[in-house]
Amino acid sequence: MLSLPIFLVASVVKIVLVIFILLTAVAYTVWLERKVVGHMQNRWGPSRVGPFGLLQPLADGVKFLLKEDLTPPHVYRPLFIAAPMIAVICALTSISVIPFGTAIPVAGHIIPLQITDLNIGLLVILGVTSIGVYGVALAGWSSNSKYSLLGGLRASAQMVSYEICLGLSLVGVLIVSGSFSLQQIVESQRGYFWGFIPKWNIFYGCQFVAFFIYLMAAYAETNRIPFDLPEAETELVAGYHTEYSAMKFAMFFMAEYANMITVACLATILFLGGGNGPLFGPPLLRLILPTFYFVAKVFVFLFTYIWVRGTLPRFRYDQLMAFGWKFLFPLAIANLVVTALVVAYRS
Amino acid sequence: MPQNYVPVFIFIAVVGTLIPITLLLTKLVRPSNPHREKLLPYECGIDPVDRARGRYTVRYYIVAILFVVFDVETIFLFPWAVKFKAFGLFGLLEMLIFLGILIVGYIWIWQKGALEWV
Repeated sequence: MLSLPIFLVASVVKIVLVIFILLTAVAYTVWLERKVVGHMQNRWGPSRVGPFGLLQPLADGVKFLLKEDLTPPHVYRPLFIAAPMIAVICALTSISVIPFGTAIPVAGHIIPLQITDLNIGLLVILGVTSIGVYGVALAGWSSNSKYSLLGGLRASAQMVSYEICLGLSLVGVLIVSGSFSLQQIVESQRGYFWGFIPKWNIFYGCQFVAFFIYLMAAYAETNRIPFDLPEAETELVAGYHTEYSAMKFAMFFMAEYANMITVACLATILFLGGGNGPLFGPPLLRLILPTFYFVAKVFVFLFTYIWVRGTLPRFRYDQLMAFGWKFLFPLAIANLVVTALVVAYRS
Repeated sequence: MPQNYVPVFIFIAVVGTLIPITLLLTKLVRPSNPHREKLLPYECGIDPVDRARGRYTVRYYIVAILFVVFDVETIFLFPWAVKFKAFGLFGLLEMLIFLGILIVGYIWIWQKGALEWV
């Protein structure tokens, strides 16, 4: 247990580091997406700025800073300015309870690689991401433009619909793990069964259906293809951020990619055992390996996001709603009942 | 432990100051060159037709109401799921009854056509 001053200092240092790393990760996820989708479509993607276009995110950032930021007279100003800030603050804050690996010793203190371990960590993430819907809805309404309003409405309806499926898919994991603390959920997935299969929730907890539901709901929550109806370019121009430009637009952009990363982290923790994996080698390597496994699993998710984007077409809106309410919702309830019966049978 | 909540608030404070400061900083370096046509609502280049505060389909309201009903249900399920092993058979039966009532309601709204989009 750390004393209070050290706890606070460690927290502030971790917060600054995590924000820095998260924003860099967001920038390079954008680069990765452009590069991978480019190659999938037989193009090069960013290739001019730096080797392999690696400095492209930096150039984009400078451009966002120096672009003219229009606030049209027809918007409702206070909400128009507040909306992107709400979106990005909620998107970044949800990372604050994610455990990135084991505890590491720093100058004689054991510092966990997690900003804070709350016993209601999962609820904090769900709550904060729910507030993020306000950013989108308010942006759509306050812009006072038809495309924005339609985009904002679509986004809010889609996000609240899929939030139910997302929440229900987590209930199965909670039954198996018996805790809201993400740290303890990761702990409960340590070890192997039948000799070699890892005790991840997706295998040992029989949560593969829940994993499928979570994945679908997560794609819809983050407004990604095939569920990117809120910003369907061919019908709504850019959806809720049609009237935004420069840094305010960049904030919605950052919020979207930060949400993608949070969702990927959460999937890794809840279903794929977080930083669990085979540990070997010298003590230093043993400290680094969990973080490495965690980042590798998250990367697989982010890559899948991009892969899906390069592969699938977009749903129609009625198909999207029918899929969520008539297929995913009953499936999630069935999964919940089956999980409860399996766990009750086991104990 | 209550002190574990402090870093979350520090995080919100750091992000909550960082983001407005970024917006203010861009105000210093960016050009500002407004023009009547730039400031019109974007409608693919033509002058806007009609106002944006028009009518839209009532389906969005229905989805919002359904969300409230079923999200509250999910919230009731969360604490039950965490303490599932402690409740044992009693908890399982209780929740099956709870879910049974909800599923009847779900079938009813489906029959009523509330899940149909147009």
